[in-house]
Amino acid sequence: MKALNENIPIETEQIDPQEVKQELLKKYPTKVARKRAKQIIVNKVAGEQEMQEIGANTRTIPGIITQRGCTYAGCKGVIMGPTRDIVNITHGPIGCGFYSWLTRRNQTRPDGPEDDNFMTYCFSTDMKEENIVFGGEKKLRAAVQEAYDLFKPKAISIFSTCPVGLIGDDVHSVAREMKEQLGINVFGFSCEGYKGVSQSAGHHIANNGIFKNVVGLNDNVKEGKYKINLLGEYNIGGDAFEIDRILSDCEITVVSTFSGNSTYDQFANAHTADLNTIMCHRSINYVAEMMETKFGIPWIKINFIGASASAKTLRKIANYFENEELKQRVEEVIAREMPEVIKVRDEVRARCEGKVAMLFVGGSRAHHYQELFKEIGMKTISAGYEFAHRDDYEGRTVLPSIKVDADSRNIEELEIHPDPERFRPRKTDEQLKKLQDEGFRFKDYDGMMREMSDRSLVIDDISQYESEQLIEIYKPAIFCAGIKEKYAIQKKGIPMKQLHSYDSGGPYAGFRGAINFYREIDRMVNSQVWKHIKAPWQESPELAAKYACD
Amino acid sequence: MLLRHTPKEITERSALTINPAKTCQPIGAMYAALGIHGCLPHSHGSQGCCAYHRSALTRHYKEPVMAATSSFTEGSSVFGGQANLVQAIDNIFTIYEPEVIAVHTTCLSETIGDDIPQITRKAEADGKIPEGKYVIHVNTPSYVGTHVTGFANMTKAMVDYFAKSTGQKIDQINIIPGYVEPSDMEEIKRIAEMMGVRVVMFPDTSKVLNRPQTGKYEMFPEGGVTVEALKTTGDSLATIGLGRLASGPAAQALDTKCNVPCEILDLPIGFKATDRFVDTLRKTLGITVPDSLNNERGQLLDIVTDMHQYFYGKKVALAGDPDHLIALTEFLVSIDMWPIHIVTGTSGKKFEPRIREITKDSPYPINVKAPGDMFLLHQWIKNEPVDLLMGNTYMKYIARDEDVPLIRMGFPILDRIGHSYFPIVGYRGGMRLLEKILDAILDRQDRDAPEESFELVM
Repeated sequence: MKALNENIPIETEQIDPQEVKQELLKKYPTKVARKRAKQIIVNKVAGEQEMQEIGANTRTIPGIITQRGCTYAGCKGVIMGPTRDIVNITHGPIGCGFYSWLTRRNQTRPDGPEDDNFMTYCFSTDMKEENIVFGGEKKLRAAVQEAYDLFKPKAISIFSTCPVGLIGDDVHSVAREMKEQLGINVFGFSCEGYKGVSQSAGHHIANNGIFKNVVGLNDNVKEGKYKINLLGEYNIGGDAFEIDRILSDCEITVVSTFSGNSTYDQFANAHTADLNTIMCHRSINYVAEMMETKFGIPWIKINFIGASASAKTLRKIANYFENEELKQRVEEVIAREMPEVIKVRDEVRARCEGKVAMLFVGGSRAHHYQELFKEIGMKTISAGYEFAHRDDYEGRTVLPSIKVDADSRNIEELEIHPDPERFRPRKTDEQLKKLQDEGFRFKDYDGMMREMSDRSLVIDDISQYESEQLIEIYKPAIFCAGIKEKYAIQKKGIPMKQLHSYDSGGPYAGFRGAINFYREIDRMVNSQVWKHIKAPWQESPELAAKYACD
Repeated sequence: MLLRHTPKEITERSALTINPAKTCQPIGAMYAALGIHGCLPHSHGSQGCCAYHRSALTRHYKEPVMAATSSFTEGSSVFGGQANLVQAIDNIFTIYEPEVIAVHTTCLSETIGDDIPQITRKAEADGKIPEGKYVIHVNTPSYVGTHVTGFANMTKAMVDYFAKSTGQKIDQINIIPGYVEPSDMEEIKRIAEMMGVRVVMFPDTSKVLNRPQTGKYEMFPEGGVTVEALKTTGDSLATIGLGRLASGPAAQALDTKCNVPCEILDLPIGFKATDRFVDTLRKTLGITVPDSLNNERGQLLDIVTDMHQYFYGKKVALAGDPDHLIALTEFLVSIDMWPIHIVTGTSGKKFEPRIREITKDSPYPINVKAPGDMFLLHQWIKNEPVDLLMGNTYMKYIARDEDVPLIRMGFPILDRIGHSYFPIVGYRGGMRLLEKILDAILDRQDRDAPEESFELVM
């Protein structure tokens, strides 16, 4: 395998990223340029030097055309959206509920035709002017009652939209009251869109709510020798199904997934697992922390995006359980899966090697998907997150130095203590020490920047303008972002892959997912369809003289 | 079953909307604003509104949909969004250089009571609005009306801000096309052109949201009504507003402001409504309908008469916006189909009586509700099954569960293409609708026919 740097086309190597940065900032008003300069970093990975600081999780600049969404979207759409058996009622005017209705491609598979699945439904209090003026609590209470009467669900949750916070509706007291009255779990989220600076705040509010209101309510212990939770995996395009397939082949039991293909009972039961594994660090690392404090479950960062990352993840889980039989089982599964992966990978690699990708998405995907591109010889020359924090770029070592600003202070930090009955250390101090001495790392996340090459451009909360400039300058073979960015990029003749919803594809996690992704990228970057844009008369506009003479 | 929890038994709901047949005002305002040439829509509120609207419009059109946001934080929600909007205006004109910024509000900025004209004046005083450029605005609180109201309000704002009467009439008419697709706007213009009429259409999203693949991206493509053209609307001979809810307010505003007489018609869906549109053009301008248009009308009627046996007596359930539903119901009834369940999320006093009038000869009881939701529509279907569904993509869940074919129509269509390129208005649009209806009905007949009665010739 050639060193990756050799594979970058000469032209890209010759572009000076510092100049590109200046080019991106040039047109901005002075104050905007100053702020964006902190969010655009030319990566340096030489030696052991300190990571550069990137501006992240800061306020979006008004008018800049951002990719970001709101707190409600992060709470209701991302985190709570994939759970099928909770009736999620949006308390607000109709729009928010409507836009978050089935639009994220998080798949779910109820056990049987009679089992609850409310994901295909949109529930809203559809607030009107009189509710804004006189308050909406009465309508909310009635809506919860109607939902209960119609569906008799296990649980009902309530999501606050912008005006709810402003008019002072107390969704939590309505929830408490209805919980009492109906005898089922009812809980609310103060996830008004304006809280925080991006969806990230909404993830936090949702996860806090689930932790507070659901986790630990069901002490039934699931069968299984090696029990884990999969945190931060949302089953877009069926990712969680593929991960479940691999884990179950390894005889590893997933107690609960937060929150792809999840159910209420899985959340309630999560504290019975023996290890928390984190896929998307951004959206959920704090849940792992809280579960460790309260229940004694250690956590590790894992990644099922990329075939070698998946293999590494399985080995890491096996090492944690310190069981030879499991380690062997994991090796068997990897050995069984890899030949097909390698076959497709090599075939695709022959056509993709050296091509250039850009990834601007999410809070972990812009990092994870670099693995898959690397496996087919493609180089990520620029990447950034939409809503991540500094630790997702620079690694968890920066955590103590991150200042809590006014926007972050809006998000409740739960005070967690060991649960008097349910706290149970999964490993003794000696076992933990032994593992760590052997190189096993808990709570480890080094962030995206350490794994990106020197001189790559790391851009937080990229603007529409910057995306367009980058494309003009680097002409990448593929650009990855979300639906709002997709068609402006493609109009420029560059294929654009959605890494929020995967367009219509997936799964891309695990071994089969890797194969799907290799093939998908091969299709996109090597397709003839992009070559038909010019009509023959546009390719050679001059008229043939002899016909003109005839 | 994907909608496994929907019971057949209908119970009264007063507070809970389930599976809405509408969305909120701002997205309609954003869509209308995209129909102004060189305009960047701006959402004054949390950034999620803008992200949601752009995503929904992008999924529907599979086209770039650009818009900016004031990105409210908790601070702006407490102290007001003035600083955010002034900064946004500065950034937008500096970075993206549009001719016009069309600001619409959200439930957030409306609840706190931001005064957009005052903020715009502040931006102007601060020198943030370059010479010759415009900032227009409309109030679109999400808790009032629906996406249709938002479209109507932004369209009216175009009149409020730009229409002028010089006293000198221009030989042209204004057409407000209604909340229809770019393809429909194109078709309405084509019909007017066939009749030799000079038209100012506003808004006009054709050549904006159905752009070709050229290898080039232009944030402000060639389509859209220009500000210059909007200014002349006050001097036009007349205004035709298509669709009472979506186009009425702007048409009336032009009448009030500039004394341009207006005629408000149904959307020209089906031959009757198209006839009225064509006849209004004919009478208003004293012109003759060209043979080419008579020919198109004849072709549409030819399909109706040739294939009548397949239309006759088929029961249909409809969900969508009032302007569309009125014209569509009339079209279906005129070819002897029976819309029996009709729901819209948009309220309006005139809707139900109009539908009752159109369907008064129906052999079936008619269920109609405005505002109602698709959960109720599904329940009606469970109680009285239909042969065909017409509505947006969300109806595919009902279609699958009840095993009834669906024709996609309205907003949003997230899973098929065509609506941005091929119209449903005018005679040719009527032909397209009939082709879709026949394909759906005949494909179903082919699928379900016993072997001995499987037909080659249909």
